[in-house]
Amino acid sequence: MAPTAEPSRRAPDSPLGLDAPVRLRTKDLLSIGDLSPDEILLILDTAEAMKEVGTRSIKKVPALRGHTVVNLFFEPSTRTRTSFEIAEKRLSADTVNVAASGSSVSKGETLADTLRNLEAMSPDMIVLRHASAGAGHLAARLCGACIINAGDGMHEHPTQALVDAFTIRERKGGLAGLRVSIIGDLLHSRVFRSNLRLLRVLGAQVCACGPATLMLPDMERLGVRATTSVDDAVAGADVIMLLRVQLERMRGHFFPSRREYFQRFGMTMARLRRAAPDAVVMHPGPMNRGVEIASEVADGSRSVILEQVANGVAVRMAVLYLLAGSRRGAAPGGPALDGGSGWDRAGE
Amino acid sequence: MPLVMAAEQVARTITRIAHEVVERHRTLGDLALVGIRTTGAPIARRLSTELHGIGGVRVPTGALDITLYRDDLMRHQVGPQPILRRTDIDFSIDDRRILLVDDVLYTGRTIRAALDALIDFGRPRTIELIVLVDRGHRELPIKPDYVGRTVPTAVGESVQVRLREVDGRDEVVIHDGPDR
Amino acid sequence: MSERTTILRGGRVVDPASGRDGVADVLIRDGRVVRVGPGLEVESEAAVIDVPGGCVVCPGFVDMHAHLREPGAEHKETVATGAAAAVAGGFTAVACMPDTEPANDEAGVTGLILARAAEAGLARVYPIGAVTRGRAGRQLAAIGELRDAGCVAVSDAGRPVADAILMRRALEYAAMCGMPVIDHCEETALTVDGVAHEGGAAALLGLRGMPAAAEEIHAGRDVALSGLTGAPVHLAHVSARGTLRVVRSGKARGVPVTCEVTPHHLTLTDERLAEYDTNCKMNPPLRGAADVEALVDGLADGTIDCVATDHAPRHVDEKLAEFDRAAFGVVGLETAVSVCLDRLVHAGHVSLSRLVGLLSANPARILGVEGGALTEGAPADITVLAPDLPVTVDARGFRSLARNTPFDGWSLRGGVAATMVGGRTVYVNASVRGADAFGLASGRAAAGGADAAAGGDPRAGAPTRV
Repeated sequence: MAPTAEPSRRAPDSPLGLDAPVRLRTKDLLSIGDLSPDEILLILDTAEAMKEVGTRSIKKVPALRGHTVVNLFFEPSTRTRTSFEIAEKRLSADTVNVAASGSSVSKGETLADTLRNLEAMSPDMIVLRHASAGAGHLAARLCGACIINAGDGMHEHPTQALVDAFTIRERKGGLAGLRVSIIGDLLHSRVFRSNLRLLRVLGAQVCACGPATLMLPDMERLGVRATTSVDDAVAGADVIMLLRVQLERMRGHFFPSRREYFQRFGMTMARLRRAAPDAVVMHPGPMNRGVEIASEVADGSRSVILEQVANGVAVRMAVLYLLAGSRRGAAPGGPALDGGSGWDRAGE
Repeated sequence: MPLVMAAEQVARTITRIAHEVVERHRTLGDLALVGIRTTGAPIARRLSTELHGIGGVRVPTGALDITLYRDDLMRHQVGPQPILRRTDIDFSIDDRRILLVDDVLYTGRTIRAALDALIDFGRPRTIELIVLVDRGHRELPIKPDYVGRTVPTAVGESVQVRLREVDGRDEVVIHDGPDR
Repeated sequence: MSERTTILRGGRVVDPASGRDGVADVLIRDGRVVRVGPGLEVESEAAVIDVPGGCVVCPGFVDMHAHLREPGAEHKETVATGAAAAVAGGFTAVACMPDTEPANDEAGVTGLILARAAEAGLARVYPIGAVTRGRAGRQLAAIGELRDAGCVAVSDAGRPVADAILMRRALEYAAMCGMPVIDHCEETALTVDGVAHEGGAAALLGLRGMPAAAEEIHAGRDVALSGLTGAPVHLAHVSARGTLRVVRSGKARGVPVTCEVTPHHLTLTDERLAEYDTNCKMNPPLRGAADVEALVDGLADGTIDCVATDHAPRHVDEKLAEFDRAAFGVVGLETAVSVCLDRLVHAGHVSLSRLVGLLSANPARILGVEGGALTEGAPADITVLAPDLPVTVDARGFRSLARNTPFDGWSLRGGVAATMVGGRTVYVNASVRGADAFGLASGRAAAGGADAAAGGDPRAGAPTRV
């Protein structure tokens, strides 16, 4: 059952080496930075198998039977919450949804108290979305449950980046050397921050483009090419990732009008023609049609936006499954099994 | 590391099992082979080839990953987490007679998981179990229909089936110590 | 207090005000320094304190920037617990900011703080009054009345005086009353909702930034107004290199501007935010490495006048929160000396003598208070350092009521051996070999014990205000 005895257990197309981990070392998934490159690939490989589960007539496996997962959402979310919930249910976990508006938060309870109260009920996992960066770090300090960051303020949205990488890999075969241009409201985007880390680890060349007022400082130091020219960003790109203009996070004026934003930064068919002939267009949603993306592009043949949504379930299943396994305790490659329950010698 | 079966024996055993299958099933038309990953899958493909040679029929063959059906995800405090691989069954199993194939039959827990998984894919008419080696020590009421070889073992030992497709050579060996 | 003669014998005396750095005895009578020099004759009735080997006798340290929270937030800190923390950290005097509830914008509040300080009988406490009523930034507070009640400076503490004309008038009026205005430099339009230094670290962490320019811009205005009026302005907790440029150029053309820097800004960068530790959240925020380097240079070249703690006690609930909702501020009274000895002196950035001046003579001069020197007639406020003492910071052992330090668990070289105020021992560090000599001399030593021991003896006589 140990990996050393079974080189055969690798899928032949897997890029993982023999020494690759077969479980995650981290208890929580707060940031892409928590994952080693091998662990990222393990998640993506596992997600491929999970995707098959979604094609069955009975789309449910018993892997997380008896696990309690709390979806604690302090910000509104349709896509991410639904995606997590479907993933949890497909793995047979017991799921509980807590939305901020219906909770004691509206009565003035602190996040720390909310978390401590949930923790007292011994959930196995908490999927947390919150408007404050680092909310997951606070939760991880207070809770024994595994914390999955489903978006913390402007910090990170790690599962979305994993979904994006999975979708790109599926379409392009791999990420190494790909030219990925991320265009839009970089400053307020947690998707951008997670993708920045993930894409660079997987060897993509990242170009970030947006208005000067929505740029991050020091981007060149992060290994990213930064430009305010959308034509420059699109030219020759293999992947174009558009980011939502997050008007709700903006204090004051970052650009004169939506109209001007669309004129300068919106993705149109004309602009898309400058990209590589087989370029794909991505968007983490929800989209502002006519602001960062023209409808013809969003609904066009290059768009993989709905594939991203579809892949979201498989990738989140992989994350849930692997984190549940990581809770068991020891490091990978440790001493082999207890002989007690004795699995058949079926290579497992 | 004592050799239980050499390459030649492995090949002959698979051929023999194929003949037994043909004997027991007058028609091969509604059969399907499902190999349990990892090592059961190539054995199933070899059986499929043998059945084609004997009966002239292409028996649909799939591979089943039972990782998500295991009962020990949270039970082991140490050791690696099993790697999840794809299940590939690109045919309907409804009303088919399924030949479930695995390399070694031990506690029976893998087969229990495989049965659960198969049932989620549909409603086969029958399921029969083919194993290359039966090493005893059952913990569940599971019995194979076709056995390549029965090998008496101690609980502390482990039996390993190596195949050309995966390991570069065919052999079955037994060694001391827990599964490695 | 009965007339008593004490002699501190055989220690290395470092007194930048008199330029002294060498082995000398310090003769104290009636709470004041009588004479300092090598091999002083000892009167027979004098109590003799043999300064422990390796210890350094310094003029008492003055922290010109602390928040003692009383009145109004006594669950975070009181004047008494703050004073106990001060003497345990080697500070014989502490100036406390007016951001209390109510604000120290009238004589009654000042009087209350002074009364509490007298009851505590530990460190000298110098209240700082508000510049504007309620620190609201609209009308001048009763600055003259505050001066008469005992305030030594005015500041709106934690808030900049945003209105330039109000700042001009405050400078002129406070100078007339013999007090500096201490300003918190922050152009708040640039820092709305900001919680961390605007730079690479905050950008990746998704924290809203407070650019260094916000401090520099406001400091530039203050220096210009000080130049215009000739009134002294003191810039609190300078954190950015641009601010130092502004101060340097002001000083070069004779503007009466002074400034301070905190131990945490001298030693920590925004890289510390990676785990969203709210004990690294303060205003101004931890800046980048280039700023820290510039601040250390500023200490050495004289641009920076003093080290002050900006001791800001917080209740645990204020810190156990989302980073952007957690309160700003860190405590510093009990870690400042060890951090500075280890990271500045032992690291070779400044001499011990320079550090002593930054902590004693300079703040005393800026506030216009006695002390800061070991010269004839000066109050016998004395900090005895053990520069090589191994110290491990343990927040649970603080005498302060608060635990919000970014230095918890740090191992540092250098600490405080004993603290004397007005010739009376108010703190003895039992982990320094031979320091019990200070306890014997006073007859009523502050409870010693390792760093974790209880506070000083509250029944000891009150220090005189000067």
